[in-house]
Formats: sequence, structure tokens, C-alpha cells
Amino acid sequence: MNASSSRVDARSGAHLPSGLGMRQKQVLWAWSFLAVPVLFYAVVRFYPTLEAFWIATTNWNLLTKPSFIGLANFKRLMADPVFWQVFRNTALYLLLGTPISLLLAFTIAYHLDRVRFLHGLIRALYFLPFLTTAAAMAWVWRWFYQPVPIGLFNNLLAGLGIAQQPFLRSTTQSLPAVLAPAIWAGLGFQVVIFMAGLRAIPTTYYEAARIDGVSNGTILRRITLPLLKPTIVFLVVFSSIGFLRIFDQVYNMTSQTSSDPGGPLNATKPLVLMIYQTAFSSFDMGYAAAQTVVLFLVLLVVSLLQLRLLKDR
Amino acid sequence: MRGLRGMLLGLMVSVGAVAGAKAQTVEIEYWQYVFDARVKAMTELIKRFEAANPNIKVKQTTFPYADYQTKIAAAMPAGQGPDVVQLFYGWLDNFVGAKFIQPLPRDAFPPAMIEKEFYPIVSAMKRDGEYYALPTAVRSLALFYNKKLFQEAGLDPNKPPKTVDELLDFAKKTTKRDGAGNMLSAGITLDFPGQDYHWWRETLLRQNGGAPYSDDNKTVTYNSEAGAKSLNWYADLQRTHKVGQVGFMDEGQAAFRAGRAAMTIDGSFRLGAFGGIKAFEWGVAELPASADGKTANFASYWVNAITTKPTGPKLEAAKKFLAFVTTPEAMQLWLETVGELPARKEAAETEKNLNHPVYGPFLKALNYSHATVFVDELAQRQVSLDMINRVLLQNQDAKAALDEAAKAEQPILDRFYKK
Repeated sequence: MNASSSRVDARSGAHLPSGLGMRQKQVLWAWSFLAVPVLFYAVVRFYPTLEAFWIATTNWNLLTKPSFIGLANFKRLMADPVFWQVFRNTALYLLLGTPISLLLAFTIAYHLDRVRFLHGLIRALYFLPFLTTAAAMAWVWRWFYQPVPIGLFNNLLAGLGIAQQPFLRSTTQSLPAVLAPAIWAGLGFQVVIFMAGLRAIPTTYYEAARIDGVSNGTILRRITLPLLKPTIVFLVVFSSIGFLRIFDQVYNMTSQTSSDPGGPLNATKPLVLMIYQTAFSSFDMGYAAAQTVVLFLVLLVVSLLQLRLLKDR
Repeated sequence: MRGLRGMLLGLMVSVGAVAGAKAQTVEIEYWQYVFDARVKAMTELIKRFEAANPNIKVKQTTFPYADYQTKIAAAMPAGQGPDVVQLFYGWLDNFVGAKFIQPLPRDAFPPAMIEKEFYPIVSAMKRDGEYYALPTAVRSLALFYNKKLFQEAGLDPNKPPKTVDELLDFAKKTTKRDGAGNMLSAGITLDFPGQDYHWWRETLLRQNGGAPYSDDNKTVTYNSEAGAKSLNWYADLQRTHKVGQVGFMDEGQAAFRAGRAAMTIDGSFRLGAFGGIKAFEWGVAELPASADGKTANFASYWVNAITTKPTGPKLEAAKKFLAFVTTPEAMQLWLETVGELPARKEAAETEKNLNHPVYGPFLKALNYSHATVFVDELAQRQVSLDMINRVLLQNQDAKAALDEAAKAEQPILDRFYKK
């Protein structure tokens, strides 16, 4: 019914005086509506991106005119040990952060989905950290990690008679210590998305499975997870980008008025923080832009790869 | 014909300009970063200056410290920004190199006057015989000590340590630990990102007979015997004697403020924050000398400079304003509002100031202070932080740590001085 009536419309549209087909008109209208956002994007997104590629090939300290130096910034980057350390840190944030946070979020969402008692309150509690300013949260966690007598964790350890841990003052423990609140803060968002995904699965599938006497584990593996795929793809890509761009937590937990951001000994420094320091502490804009280009390429590759791997084959 | 018309036009314009300048008030812009006490002091100074110069208006603009340099760097090339600007003395070379600031006009600020009346550390503002900026106030380091904790440890609360050996002894006596050995109160705070890296470089190192840089500032010289000796002495406060701990209470000044550190080394700019302490009485002492009586201190300061922007009447107004904020009168106000020390000897060393229990030790230190010349303050600071972290976290040998730091810092100096 619908299909035939739309065909009639399309035919009658061809007789309009303008001489344009219905389809062309629709396209024209669509583009005229899109023009504003497209223009906006071109000016505030694409133009600066292209500009960054150009700045990356210059030597520019913000004070004088940029001078073209070709790929020298990228060569310097490849030979910079701090860059490789930072690159390794960024990879660690991604490779630890994404799976741990997704696993946690799914487990919580899966069980929360069944909880009826105070469901709304519990969900709100999980979501609350997501609403909090990252800086404020990072500072609270920073205090948690302090040595005795003010640090929460070390006070607990000391109370149990276990040796204090250096946490943020260690080259090995500091990265996980910074990552923990980042995971915790993003959890609420992921839980809510997972729950929406779970709710979207038709209950008839579960009813049918139960009638057939299928175990809970099988239901999870055969029905829930496959049908959650679009949700998982979205969350994987989204949280990967988040962990690759981690900044607030690191900056606030490792710096102070007289600071060592990304320390100790660069153990927690992610790429974005290095870019920030190169640009706004050393005013080495060309070098910072080169780092930005690298980050852009990494984000692009990781996102494309994940979409590829997780899409329905 | 055309020449005559041009001359007439020129005459008219210049007459108009002169008349306009007479009638109009000149507005100049002053920039500094946000630090409540400093903004308050400057607001008061501007009020007094405008009262004395009714045809000049000064507009004060402030920015958060973190954005400050970026704002200037962005505004100046665009032809905007301040006429008179405040900057950290360590940034001078960058600002001169970028042609942001001009040499102080010799008529208003003769170098001979500056050299005679200001503290010698101001010479760090001199490039090729020209002074580029002048401070209102300077700051030096001193030892703050908690009299209550001294008393509890059986020490005389009015006798702060005079030598580094005494300092160590007092620190041992005032450190408190729980049964498991966890520190509850530090004898002395260890905070290299705070002021300790200045204390090590300009005081401990020199007391051991070393020097941080060559006389022309172009070569790193701290990777010496004296360097290793002083760095080991500092690191041993935590490693061997356990009288302090890096990161204890997050920051040294926080530990002291909370009454959980008997001693801390900090600058005169901390006086405002420590002034709010109600729980105990504290004292200030000159930094302890070495066993053989050698003294050394670190002085730093913020300076005011005239940018390259103002010309004509605006430049005249900027000169007047800069001269005003560097008068002894302005310096005394700055001392009382901000707690920073007058940059002119005469204004600083009044009977009243020298005998002041709090300002006195800082002022006395100014006569034997060194102002390190930085070419990239943040990068050079990072080198020092990494050095102490390698010693304290990774047990690197002091000499090796110094060598590695020198290897990292020398290229920063080279890159700058080659330009």
C-alpha cells in the first residue's frame, strides 16, 4: 500500500514546474538544511585539522613566524625516548582500560538488570561519578593514595599490618593508580548503555530459551552477547578513544602548584599531556603539532580496526 | 603646491595630536597573573598612582597562572596586550628574544642608579649593558620551624638550627613514627618540586664548594664531587636518616601547615599562607650554614617591564607607572600586603624590617643570594625532578644521576645560547 502510493507521489513530482525530480528536490532540501552544520564543521573541525598537519612541518614558537622545516619534527619525535615512553603509556591506558572497564560495566549491568530492589538508586549511584568533574575526582583519589597519615588506602594497609605502598610515587604503580579512577568514572556511562542494550533484546527470545530448558550460561553466550554486539562495538570504540585521550586524571593526580605532571619519571604521561606540555610549557608548536598528527593517526587506525573486527562479517 | 599642502596637513595633525594628548587622558594596560595578595597590592598601587597622575588611567588585567604566558604570547604578535607587563625573571630571555619588551629607557632608569640602589641579584635583568625589567619585590628562602614540635622534642623553641649538622640532629629529634615505623610527623619536609631543588642547587651545592653553572651560565657544572656530596646528603635525609619523606602529606607546605612537619624550607611568598596557622606558633630562621660557616641562598623575583607596544604619550605613561611601582613606598606596601621583600636595599634594610622576626632572616639572606639564570625554567626544573626521582625511587648513584641530569640539561642551554 505504502510503496505504491509513494511511487505515485514520485511520478507526480516529476511534473512540477521547477523541472526537478522529487529525489533531486529532496537532496537539495537535505543539503540546504545540512549546510549550516557542514559549514560549522568545516570551520571548527576540518580546517584546524588540516592546519595542524601544516604546523607539524614548521618550527614555530608562537612568538615568531613559523618556518618550514619539512619532516624534521617527525624525525625528532622518532628519536625522542620520552615519546616512546609516552607512547607505551598511552598503549597501556588503552589495553588495560578498555577491556577492564567494559568487563566491569557489563558484569554490573547484567546483574543490575535483574535487581528490582532500589534499582533506580543503585543505577544513579553508578552513574554519579560520570557527572562529577574529572579534576575534582582526581584530587580526591590523589588524597586516597597518600602515605599515612592522610591516605585512605595506606591507612587501611597500615591498619592491617601490611607495608605502605608508594602508589603515585612509584614508577611501576603510578600508571595503574591513575587508571583506576578513570575506569571508575567512566563506568556509569557504560553501565547505562549496556542496560539499554540489554533491555532492547526482545524478551520472547529468553522465554523461548527457558521453555527449551537452556542454561543461563548458554543464554548469555548464544543470545545476550550476540544481540548486544552493536552496543559492544559502540562502547569499545568510544571508550578506546577516551583512554587514548586520557588527560585530566593524569594531570590532576601527578601535578601540583610546583609540578611534575606525568611523573614520576614520565611513568604516567600520556600522549595528550606530552602535547600539552610541548605546546604550552615549551611553546614548541611545530613539535606539538607533529605529536598531534601521530595521535590523530593512532586514533584513526584503532577506530577503523575495531569497527572492522567487530562488525558483522 | 603638493609639498605645502602636505606640510600644512602635517602641522594640523601634529597640533591636533598635541592638543588631544593634553586634553585626553592616556590609558595604559597592565597585566599580571592571579595571586590574590599581589592583585590586591597592585590595585592599591594603581589607585595611588592615578591620584598622583590624574591624566593617566591604568587598566589591570589578570589571568590564571597556568594561562599567563600563553595569553601574552598570543596577544603580543596580534598587536594587543599590555603596555607594562609582569613576568618571572626566568622568562626574560624568551621575552627579549621575541621582542615583546624593550630596554628600560635610560632617562628614567639609569643603569648606574639601578646598580647602586637595587640588590645585586637584579643584574640578572641586564643584557648587553641594558636593563630590561625591574622588580618591585624579591624573595629568598628561609627555614620555617614549628615551635610546638620543637618544645615537645625537648628543643629550645627559640633556637633554630644554625648549621646543616644541627638541622639533621634537630630533624632526628622531631620525627615521629608509629609502631610499624610509618611516619606520623616529619622532622623536615622533602619536597624537591617545591623549593628544595633551589635549596640543593644554590645552597647545599655551594656549601660543599660547588657551583651549579659556569660563570657565563652556559655550562652545567653541578656534576662534580661537590654535587655528589650535596645530593647524597639531601637524599640521605630520606634514605638513611628517615627524617623526611617525599610526598608525605602530598606537599611540604601542606605538611607544615597541618603541624605534621617540624621544619620546612620555603620562600617568603609562603608567609601569607602560613600566616593563617592558628594551631601552633612558628618561627623563621636563615637557612643553616655549612659546618664551616658557609652561607648561600636562592633569590627569585617577578619583574615589571615595558612592552614594545606603547609609543609617544603611552610610553611616557608606562615609564611613569613603572617608576612608581619600583619606588621604596610601593615596595613597603608590597612587603606588607604580599610578604615579598623590597628590591631596593634602602627600602628593605630599615631597622624595623631587619629586626622583624619574620622578614629579617629573608632580608639578611638577600646579601648572599644567587639568582639562577634560566633559559627554559620548566624544562630545567624537570631535569632536576627526574634526577632526584632516579636517586630516591630507583636507587641510582648520586654521581650517575648528576651526570645524566647534566647530559639532559646541557642541550637545553646549548639550544638557547646558540641562537
